[in-house]
Amino acid sequence: MSRVIEFRDALCEAMTEEMVRDERVFLMGEEVAEYDGAYKVSRGMLEQFGSRRVIDTPISESGFSGLGIGAAMHGLRPIIEFMSWSFSLVAADPILNNAPKMLYMSGGQFGCPIVFRGNDGAGGQLGSTHSWCVESLYANVPGLKMAIPAFPSDAKGLLKTAIRDDDPVFFLESERLLALKGEVDEDPELLIPFGTANIPREGTDCTLVSFGRPVHFCLEAAEELAGQNISCEVIDGRSIRPLDVPTITRSVRKTNACVVVDQSWPFASIASEVAATVSEQCFDDLDHPVVRVNSDDVPAPYAFDLEQEMLPNARKICQAVRTATYSS
Amino acid sequence: MQQSGSMQPEAEPTPPQVQQAGRDETSALLASLPMDTVNHWLREMMLIREFEVRTMQAYQDKKIGGFCHIYIGQEAVAVGTIAAITPEDPVVTAYRDHGHALARGMDPKYCMAEMYGRIGGCAKGKGGSMHMFDKANNFFGGHGIVGAQCPLGAGLAFATKYRDEVINKERSKHVTLCFLGDGALNQGAVHEAKNLAGLLDLPVIYIVENNGYSMGTAISRGTTVGHEITRKADAYGIESAVIDGLDVLSVYRDMKPLVEHCRQTSRPAFVDMRTYRFKGHSMSDPRKYRTKDEEAQYELLDPIARLSKAMINNQMLTDERFKQIGKEVRQEVREAIKWSVASKPPGKDELYKDVYVEKWGPYTGTSLPEMLGGDES
Ligand SMILES: Cc1ncc(C[n+]2csc(CCOP(=O)(O)OP(=O)(O)O)c2C)c(N)n1
Ligand SMILES: [Mg+2]
Repeated sequence: MSRVIEFRDALCEAMTEEMVRDERVFLMGEEVAEYDGAYKVSRGMLEQFGSRRVIDTPISESGFSGLGIGAAMHGLRPIIEFMSWSFSLVAADPILNNAPKMLYMSGGQFGCPIVFRGNDGAGGQLGSTHSWCVESLYANVPGLKMAIPAFPSDAKGLLKTAIRDDDPVFFLESERLLALKGEVDEDPELLIPFGTANIPREGTDCTLVSFGRPVHFCLEAAEELAGQNISCEVIDGRSIRPLDVPTITRSVRKTNACVVVDQSWPFASIASEVAATVSEQCFDDLDHPVVRVNSDDVPAPYAFDLEQEMLPNARKICQAVRTATYSS
Repeated sequence: MQQSGSMQPEAEPTPPQVQQAGRDETSALLASLPMDTVNHWLREMMLIREFEVRTMQAYQDKKIGGFCHIYIGQEAVAVGTIAAITPEDPVVTAYRDHGHALARGMDPKYCMAEMYGRIGGCAKGKGGSMHMFDKANNFFGGHGIVGAQCPLGAGLAFATKYRDEVINKERSKHVTLCFLGDGALNQGAVHEAKNLAGLLDLPVIYIVENNGYSMGTAISRGTTVGHEITRKADAYGIESAVIDGLDVLSVYRDMKPLVEHCRQTSRPAFVDMRTYRFKGHSMSDPRKYRTKDEEAQYELLDPIARLSKAMINNQMLTDERFKQIGKEVRQEVREAIKWSVASKPPGKDELYKDVYVEKWGPYTGTSLPEMLGGDES
């Protein structure tokens, strides 16, 4: 049985179900309890689970991230919410230096089953301190996993997988998608394994690979290009680490063209990584070098038009596809 | 399964109220100050209030975007503290920064145009509400990440001391004001900054604008010894004071000697500045975490009403003059909005400007905003 719910409620359901299922799971972060979450993602959870399991924190990201890691080392399964991934930067040491390396440094003794989750990416004129897309920066670190849903159903299935995962998972949501509605299955075992990309639109002329919110821009572009007789196949990666390379290369072998859309900066980015992998594995299949669409290589500006100019959008994607398919 | 604790807002008003200046004390203070000075403070506070009221309207009309934090209720803090320093002393604050920018001397038109996202804004529309800067007025920013400005405040004090002593071979003679919220007390960076300031004898005053809440979290729910935060200065060997931040006269009376003491001794200080934000945390906050009674109680302590009443009682102000000032500041803010609307949005060329000083690759160097003459440098 499935019904239509909002992205934020899909996240809430995933956490709630997993907390019912496993008493080791708890939720901690700023305003998650009494305020129901700064973005109302944890609505009702305090009431259901009480203040021992849904815990408000002071503005101490470094402290409560590290606390979560310690608890995970002792066998609990924390969900640590960042109001925004932009604020995770003050917790860089625990989340990058402790969580992903604990298992390795302890020679396999101490795992770190923890989920860090929150809003990632531009929220709309928030300026450069609050508009971080952390995926490229953080995905560079071995030992962590990274999931980034674009649809409510994936939000639920991926988050449940994240909570059950024995390794640290960085779970990237988008404030701009929280009100998005979609069909979500009621099955409490709705688990979407990491490393399985989804193909929300099939096509024959060009493969569009993306992650998170820009998947929607790709779908928009694909729709527009269909009117110009260019058929795009859109791949929603769903997780970045692990990356579902076979689904991507299979598609590129069919379309012979590839555009990667990634909302972080272009230098040493997810888009660079995908482009390099596709170039290595599909060199003979490509009619044109892989084209990348990223945010411009500048800090995020506040002014509306400038921010729009900086971010990836359907127009830029259409142009990239025309280039990759020699249709311009 | 555990049941949640009480969801009721605190019965005690937070923060605990500070001893207020009595009627006679206020009269004596007023008598000790030049009339122009007090008039100026009143006007400044009214200007900030009017500016913020119009900012809220513009936000609701979608002329302003992003996150926007309103200073209404806290005007006496920026005005009274900044009155106690010189124009050469550095000032740095967090994201609730419009009041400090104006009190520091920024023309409201540059502040408003910044929020309108126009090229005429103090940061050419690149920073927005949370990131105001004014180099000419030694205002080193609005900073969006909670606590981020506190190490910077130590650095500003380090720089003035270094310049004074090492380069100019004089006594250290500047004081930095670094503002932070009560919620910021729980960021690690703030503690590192306090320790450094104490250790290196840095003349910086950390002014905690203690409005009792960080977003929906009352200080008692988020901070240990929240009823006595000056103990968090004791821990670092830093002197401290508790000040009634809802009364500009008390703010100035207590800040002035503290500033001079820090200047003389080249040492840091810490202030628990008791205040209250009359509006929500940001523009989208239903304020369910506090009672209407509590809000009403603090509104009785409105810093503008308090000063104007005291001035009227002491024959320093007439109702007529008060209304006249109101008219003047409304006109000034109206002009600022008009100017902002007339200013253009930044052109595409601004995207790659100011990323680096040097021109290279796609980057086109840097230039100053119109506020500072707009020169290419
Ligand atoms: C590191 C970091 N975490 C979280 C936030 C989100 N945030 C912005 S303001 C705020 C509350 C701050 O409260 P306080 O320091 O008391 O200042 P006030 O808003 O009362 O002026 C929070 C949690 C942030 N900007 N930076
Ligand atoms: Mg506060």
